[in-house]
Amino acid sequence: MRLKTALLGAAASMVLAGAAFADRGTDGELKLTFPQAVSIMNPYLSGGTKDIWASSMVVEPMAGIDPQGNLIPKLAVEIPTLENGGISADMTSITWKLKPGLLWSDGTPVTADDAVFTAAYCMDPAGGCSQATKYEGVKSVEAVDASTVKVTFEAPKPNPYTAFVGALSPILQKKQFEACTGAAAPTCTDANNMPIGTGPFMVTAMTINDTVALAANPNYRDAALPAFATAVIKGGGDAEGSARAVMETGEFDYAWNTQIPPDSQAAMTAAGKGQFVVAFGTLVERLEMNTTDPSPDLPEGERSTAKHPHPILSDIKVRTALSKAIDRSILVEVGYGAGGKPTCNVIPGPDAWASDNTGCIAQDMEGAKALLDEAGWKDSDGDGIRDKDGKKLHILYQTTVNPIRQDFQALIKDWWTELGVEVELKAIDPGVFFGGDPGSPDTFQKFYADVEMYANNSDTPDPEVYLGQYQCKNAPTPESQWQGENINRFCDPAYDAMIAELAGTTDIAKRQELAKKLNDMVTKDSMIVVPLVHRGTLSAHSNTLGGVVMNAWDTELWNIADWYRVK
Amino acid sequence: MLTFTLRRLLLAIPTLLAISLVIFLLVDLAPGSPMSEIPLTVPPDVRQRMIEAMGADQPVFVRYVLWLRQFFWVEPAQVINHWFGTDFAAGEQRILSWQSRSPVFTVIGQRLPQTLTVIGTAYLVGILIALPIGIYSAYRQYSVFDQLGTLFAMIGFSVPTFFSGTLFIIIFAVWLGWFPTKYDTMMEVTDWESFLKQLRQMALPVLTLGLANAATISRYMRSSMLENMVQDYVRTARAKGMREKTVVLKHVLRNSLIPVVTVIALGIPSIFGGAIITENLFGVNGIGAALILAIHASDLPMVQTLAFIFAVLIVVFNLIADILYGLLDPRIRYD
Repeated sequence: MRLKTALLGAAASMVLAGAAFADRGTDGELKLTFPQAVSIMNPYLSGGTKDIWASSMVVEPMAGIDPQGNLIPKLAVEIPTLENGGISADMTSITWKLKPGLLWSDGTPVTADDAVFTAAYCMDPAGGCSQATKYEGVKSVEAVDASTVKVTFEAPKPNPYTAFVGALSPILQKKQFEACTGAAAPTCTDANNMPIGTGPFMVTAMTINDTVALAANPNYRDAALPAFATAVIKGGGDAEGSARAVMETGEFDYAWNTQIPPDSQAAMTAAGKGQFVVAFGTLVERLEMNTTDPSPDLPEGERSTAKHPHPILSDIKVRTALSKAIDRSILVEVGYGAGGKPTCNVIPGPDAWASDNTGCIAQDMEGAKALLDEAGWKDSDGDGIRDKDGKKLHILYQTTVNPIRQDFQALIKDWWTELGVEVELKAIDPGVFFGGDPGSPDTFQKFYADVEMYANNSDTPDPEVYLGQYQCKNAPTPESQWQGENINRFCDPAYDAMIAELAGTTDIAKRQELAKKLNDMVTKDSMIVVPLVHRGTLSAHSNTLGGVVMNAWDTELWNIADWYRVK
Repeated sequence: MLTFTLRRLLLAIPTLLAISLVIFLLVDLAPGSPMSEIPLTVPPDVRQRMIEAMGADQPVFVRYVLWLRQFFWVEPAQVINHWFGTDFAAGEQRILSWQSRSPVFTVIGQRLPQTLTVIGTAYLVGILIALPIGIYSAYRQYSVFDQLGTLFAMIGFSVPTFFSGTLFIIIFAVWLGWFPTKYDTMMEVTDWESFLKQLRQMALPVLTLGLANAATISRYMRSSMLENMVQDYVRTARAKGMREKTVVLKHVLRNSLIPVVTVIALGIPSIFGGAIITENLFGVNGIGAALILAIHASDLPMVQTLAFIFAVLIVVFNLIADILYGLLDPRIRYD
């Protein structure tokens, strides 16, 4: 009898164990590695992607974005739209409703006050909030009741999904951050490193710029998730080392941003322990053409300003010829492998927003030469370099110090030299190039060169803000302390008018059509921007990790709650 | 000796102040901006507000004086508060890293133990390898062992750690799978098993650095031994009929160690300074890795504080080396 009871007990416990298989915390530890270590877990005080992705495991917004670029509810019950009344008919307000029964990881309820506080926290001018653009144009954020938040805008906003949408704009706990507003924001080290959140994980320990240790959030809204009991993010080293730790030694389950040379990608995949995954967002490596004269002979304050049009590149034929001479497929093969594809667009995705412009993909050296001949650039003295009116066709081509970019420079220089263009290369420390110091001659905004190369992207699937960069008023000038995003000094009233039209258009199909037109205006119609490679983010995950779905529109860890151990 | 020490200590104060100003100006004048790692999608006015929140827009001398005050008053006050429960300098801003927005000394406190264990062990291992090689190489000059020792030292000198480290990773971690490639800084040694695990993860960085250290020290040891081997007192000792072991290990070694000890003492600040490349390669979150990260991010308070601490250590250990020299060699008197 006793034996029978014991056996029954054993059987029962086995059944229980079987049921527990799908329960929270049954899959042990999830190990992630980032080539850049996490500095802070509060996305409002960091601009670094590494910090924002890491914090997305802990703090969550009302809505996230799925891999197709569609909004998905996170803390909200549903996505507010015009149809369901969540967005007011005049498009000046949006109302979010929280899911019922939401709890913070410390067990207290999530209320509308937390969202109101978060908006005030980021909108405080003394706080130096790095996601302030998410709250731009917001007039007020108020709690209608304990679970309803109404965001009112100063003017009608066709795209109101900015505040509380995506990993850049999560909701913080009011109780934890109440004493940390304004100038006090950076001093709250504990709160900034160990924020209380609603996400699948919570921080248990953090060493700055090294490791974040996390555990499953006991109050996560889905009782069966996450499958992992603990998680750790180890940072530091380089992309190669991170990729190796997943693909070759199997020490880690997931490595973010493993952008390594194509031959290394192939060698590591051959080890058979993991796989590379890629997501294509809007990141485009491009050549930017200077429409103004950067000549050092001009007085300081007039160099690279609209006062002096560029003596060579003002001619569209020259710009087109330079683009035609480039073989983008070779660039991809050399620099990015699976992590890139050739493109002619500034807006390469999402598909519904991307123009069908592929005219630049095929290299056309003869066509390029003919265009230069037509433009009057001929090699009159037989030295292999074209000239016109006694002036050599000389181009200063700058970019940042980066092995792939230097490869690109060398290849492009070869093609342009074949074309009869004298090319001078320059590589600048990225800290200086992107640093924006108005006193430095080497910033990308100052653009004291003829052509420069870097990558840029839109941080939302809707590219309105991103395309707005090329308006006349955004050109960096001495008066604007060399700040501004229109670094080509492109100025076309028709473009500015269309941007205004886009801002007032609410119909999504119409918006997409306008975005495509705007994209074509700065690329194939004017060759002001010469896109080269559509860059994806390349990450690696172990074959024993299941559930990974790459996402280019939001945090890559957007569905980390659903990840599991493949048994 | 005491007057000498005191005089040197007093002299160190203006030296260090001058060093701190030079470092501050150098770091400040170096190109780069703390905003350079912020994505391009963040507009200029938001960047400007972020810079203002950091205090990075203040004139350089205001920031320097503020830093001096924070370093010499606010931070020590924090330590005293911690020890004695007092309340000095309450509410005053500590030195905050621009990168992580947390106090620089918290970061240093988190990282120093890792640096001391890994780099310290590597230094110790280096010494333990170097001394026997140096002694025996000198004793059997031009023998096969000496040639091999020279070869070893040349390799240690000329192969940079980023190469030898990667080589070790590929051989011992990827092919053989004996050791991990990433250092787990959260691990605590609580029992025998975790101790072994700690040893395994320390193996590769210690090996990489230990070889480089051993190369330098073994050369010093060898040349110092050679110098002493031909001295008259050695011949006298042999003539007295002493055993070879006593002659070499007692008479020659003791005298040869004097300059080597100084070299070893002078190398100690570099243990605190960490090893930028090795720490980065193996993911050891030490001081060296912190320094390079801070330099990349133009995190001025962090770079300034670390560089100044290194300067203090170098000045102090120079003094210690001088004093040790006097203690070991009674012929040298500073008074």
